[in-house]
Amino acid sequence: MAKAFVLGAVMLCGLGAGIVAPALAEDTIKIGYVDPLSGGGASIGQIGLNQLKFIADDVNGKGGVLGKKIEIIGYDNKLSPQVTLVQVQKAIDEGVQIIVQGNGSSVGAAVESFVTKYNERNPGKAVVYLNYAAIDPSMTNQNCSYWHFSWDANVDIKLEALTNFMKTKKDIKKVYLIDQDYSFGHSVADTTVAMLKEKRPDIQIVGNEFHPLVKVTDFSPYIAKIKASGADTVVTGNWGQDLALLVKAAGDAGLKVNWYTFYAGGSGGPTAIKQANLPDQVYQLTEGFNNLPYKPAQEVVRAYIARYKSEPIYYPRLFNLTGMVFEAMKEANSADPAKFAPKLEGMKYATFASGQEGFMRKDDHQFFQPLYMSVFGALDAASQPFDEESTGWGWKMAAEIPTKDTLYPTTCKMKRPN
Amino acid sequence: MIEIVLISTLNGVLYGMLLFLMASGLTIIFSMMGVLNFAHASFYMLGAFFGFEISRRIGFWPGLVLAPLLVGLIGVAVERYGLRRVHRHGHVAELLFTFGLTFVIQEVVEMVWGKLPVDYRVPPSLDFPAFTIFATNYPAFKLFELLTALAIFAALLVVVTRTRIGLVVQAALTHPAMVAMLGHNVDRIFMLVFGVGAALAAVAGVIAGPALVTQSNMAALLGPILFVVVVIGGLGSLPGAFLASLLIGLVQTFAVASNASLADLLGPLAAGSGSSFLRDIWNVTVAQVAPIIPYLLLVLILIFRPRGLMGQRES
Repeated sequence: MAKAFVLGAVMLCGLGAGIVAPALAEDTIKIGYVDPLSGGGASIGQIGLNQLKFIADDVNGKGGVLGKKIEIIGYDNKLSPQVTLVQVQKAIDEGVQIIVQGNGSSVGAAVESFVTKYNERNPGKAVVYLNYAAIDPSMTNQNCSYWHFSWDANVDIKLEALTNFMKTKKDIKKVYLIDQDYSFGHSVADTTVAMLKEKRPDIQIVGNEFHPLVKVTDFSPYIAKIKASGADTVVTGNWGQDLALLVKAAGDAGLKVNWYTFYAGGSGGPTAIKQANLPDQVYQLTEGFNNLPYKPAQEVVRAYIARYKSEPIYYPRLFNLTGMVFEAMKEANSADPAKFAPKLEGMKYATFASGQEGFMRKDDHQFFQPLYMSVFGALDAASQPFDEESTGWGWKMAAEIPTKDTLYPTTCKMKRPN
Repeated sequence: MIEIVLISTLNGVLYGMLLFLMASGLTIIFSMMGVLNFAHASFYMLGAFFGFEISRRIGFWPGLVLAPLLVGLIGVAVERYGLRRVHRHGHVAELLFTFGLTFVIQEVVEMVWGKLPVDYRVPPSLDFPAFTIFATNYPAFKLFELLTALAIFAALLVVVTRTRIGLVVQAALTHPAMVAMLGHNVDRIFMLVFGVGAALAAVAGVIAGPALVTQSNMAALLGPILFVVVVIGGLGSLPGAFLASLLIGLVQTFAVASNASLADLLGPLAAGSGSSFLRDIWNVTVAQVAPIIPYLLLVLILIFRPRGLMGQRES
């Protein structure tokens, strides 16, 4: 019995050592990626992990950063704020000082507040939160934090850009809003209404609909309503299947309107638009798309697609995020967030997708960059080489919104560490 | 007004029939075997993916036949080598078994087809608007969906109530020993029923796949509403499930079309009264809560009529 116990203890020690050993190796820069990697959200979370690994392999192949290799560690948060905090703590325990997270603003808000408190309580062991997709404006306004940097344009900025684009479209007369019934959908609807009222008071808002999040299988009654309203344009913040099913129902019913979206390019979106047969009617607003005529980006995208054939989706902003952080590390000559975070503040950066300049605003740690309206349809093979999800259709330039037209004031009163 | 009513009715009936298509197999298995099959939506998903895989190789129509056959065989195997052994430990064990099965099937589907949606399209022979009302198109594929659901309903009803097989199966549920004495192989009957139930789920999958989104999480998204259909209709009642599907389809569609809110209903009473919290509740429109209404209906039915619309048992 005693023997067995000792044996067990020895084995446990061995196990423990096995886990701890890599953490002791100081020659890597660890980046903890906390996003859903199982369950319903996994299809989205996996994309970011693939992309970070792609970037790390590329950088490591060229000798790494500051002579150290980049190590990407995935932590599955199941899209739950509670699980996220457990995983962030686990990552910190394993020596991670850089947390990358994106999906879900509720999750992002939890990470932001956790990291801020952690750094207050543990001076000298700073942890930084790099946000590539959570776009609730509160994160860079009333709840802003010195330890949080945001690379995706938040809802206000996106809508500022979108309404600046709509302002110029004189054929828009009646707009219908349909959004998911949760905080994000409501802020899209409220802000759009307010901004359109100011910029184009002649536009009539003929509908402002909310539907439950990811619960609707049949959108045809909603389409019937849009049709009855006489709208010529629909603005929606929908993503995932709520967007795919909405667009498909529109195609089925033969509804002909222009769709202004944020996430039509997400996984399954292009397939749905092609199936619905809505050429040149669905727009998306993003920080880049494959067919932008910028050679350096196209080369990277080609290599990326060749590596992840079954999931050829990526986020230009993750390239911006990693590029800027590595640059800040080099400037600070340190991988310690306390040292490289100041270098990020105000940093100017040639964005991945187009090479145009963007900058990290010091006041609220929000990255500003040119945004693009692109429209989905048949391609000109010579100048537009990239189709989406093997549909033969792809995203084409509709308008560029320069960085200066995306600026939106912040209410952030940043508390900086002494 | 007429336009909205007519279009809502049409949409409601079409959606209701899609629901019935999905729920029929679940009802059949429950009414004949007394097993509440949690994995039903998973068989539906398998049907959609098999249908996709077959239709892109040899066409949609062979897929409509082959995919359900394959899934039916898987169902038979699951019953023969899994459920039958678990059966003697009672209903809870059965529930847990089918519940576990959903995770296994989901993982397998993700391994084979990945987590992204696949491009499963409506066959060209059905890809045209069948008719147009008030400038709204109704695709031929949706009519095909409706006709299939009606055909399955009629066929099942005839088999269960009018044929020898149906009688034997029903007898086997309540008096298995007696049926066995009379020379019928009860185990085999149950195995076949489970296989047919799984195959029906697959038929729904093959047809709903192109209409909805064929993705590895489609089972999880669909699961709950099927149980609502079966419980409202009355556990184990085929006509009940049919009625409940229609009812849910129509109620939900009309609710979406309505812009009324409590504030409108109570009119002057509500105006300006109460805190901002109350005002929020007053102003929620029926449309906003439409997809939740079936679940509300479920709760009400369980409280006031636990056996459902047409169920025969209290349990």
